[in-house]
Amino acid sequence: MTAKIKVATTSLAGCFGCHMSFLDIDERLVALTDVAEFDRSPLTDIEHCGPCDIGLIEGGVCNSENVHVLREFRKNCKILVAVGACAINGGLPAMRNAISLEDCLLEAYRDGIGVDNAQIPSDPELPLLLDKVRPIHEVVKVDYFLPGCPPSADVFWAFLTALVEGREPGLPYELVHYD
Amino acid sequence: MTGILSIDGQTIPFEDGQTVIEAASAAGVYIPHLCHKPGYTPHGSCKLCTVKVNGRNCSACTFPAADGQTVINNSAELQHDRRRITQMLFVEGNHLCPSCEKTGHCDLQGVAYHLNMLDNHFPHFYPQREVDASHPDILIDHNRCIFCNLCVRASQQKDGKQVFAIAGRGINKRLIVNSPSGKLKDSDIHVDDQAAHVCPTGAILIKRTGYQVPIGQRRYDHQPISEVALAEAGSHDR
Repeated sequence: MTAKIKVATTSLAGCFGCHMSFLDIDERLVALTDVAEFDRSPLTDIEHCGPCDIGLIEGGVCNSENVHVLREFRKNCKILVAVGACAINGGLPAMRNAISLEDCLLEAYRDGIGVDNAQIPSDPELPLLLDKVRPIHEVVKVDYFLPGCPPSADVFWAFLTALVEGREPGLPYELVHYD
Repeated sequence: MTGILSIDGQTIPFEDGQTVIEAASAAGVYIPHLCHKPGYTPHGSCKLCTVKVNGRNCSACTFPAADGQTVINNSAELQHDRRRITQMLFVEGNHLCPSCEKTGHCDLQGVAYHLNMLDNHFPHFYPQREVDASHPDILIDHNRCIFCNLCVRASQQKDGKQVFAIAGRGINKRLIVNSPSGKLKDSDIHVDDQAAHVCPTGAILIKRTGYQVPIGQRRYDHQPISEVALAEAGSHDR
């Protein structure tokens, strides 16, 4: 038996909606686990990524931790995939790009309605925010893109089955959408 | 006078005065476009309709059809160029489809789908643009303006007004409103004006009409813009 294909997944500045959509492949997950196994992923709780065949990245890059995780994935994954609108163009988190980081923090933690004990979080454990939210292709090389908010389960399925079967992945018209 | 030209090897008749895109459209051949619209003076700015005419790149929406022309439309090279142009339009503005009321009905999106554009390729510019929500019925979100000039032409040529203009150049280019305050509420635009409805993206929206069509029934959910545009051009000609 040939070794199973190793897949790692993560969500950076995302909402886990793409992961939920991935799980919507439903019973096809069983067929997938016949040929693939998961490395680092919210599905396994493995904390760090080992050498993998495919890395699926949900979400854009909004803080220093996102940068580290993304680089870890790029270093370990033969094929890196931007999954969903946020990974591809920053998505809804990038709507903060029109507002200065200082104003964002002041509104959220000092001036906003209903804020008690106002203070800007400064624990050294917290990752530092970037001045702007960025799509992942601006930080590392990305091999494939799966658009959608989220990409439908059929997009994941079409993409992964093509890779597993050694075909060049492609998405027909019905599977390409940005929302 | 009429004549014959060829597009991708297909024989296309044309009538005197027609542009390449008009002749193509009448013969059922789609050439991608955004700033072109049947019934409007050609503008030639978006460059999506770039075709090779006798070996030279031309905008099909402004280039006159002529007898014996050899036009290349659907080559891998031109589709690649068009995808890059569309990607530039996406990164130069703030086009966040999931939060836009126009999503599913947007021509910019429709063209990108048609070109099988899966990413934006370039670094994002994330420009600072304003929203003008001053008018009771019409919203302008400058984040989504691609400077196609259609609202400017609609206001002048269809509505007999001068509500819009494009000002500035390069990075400072912007849509401006002809009113003392620069706000839409102080202009003489009316919600029934064609200028309020012609925007190919979500830059000019009619308030209180968003998200009325469910996902799955929207303009480009199943039918590609190549079919929608030809059908609309056909109904315009009739």
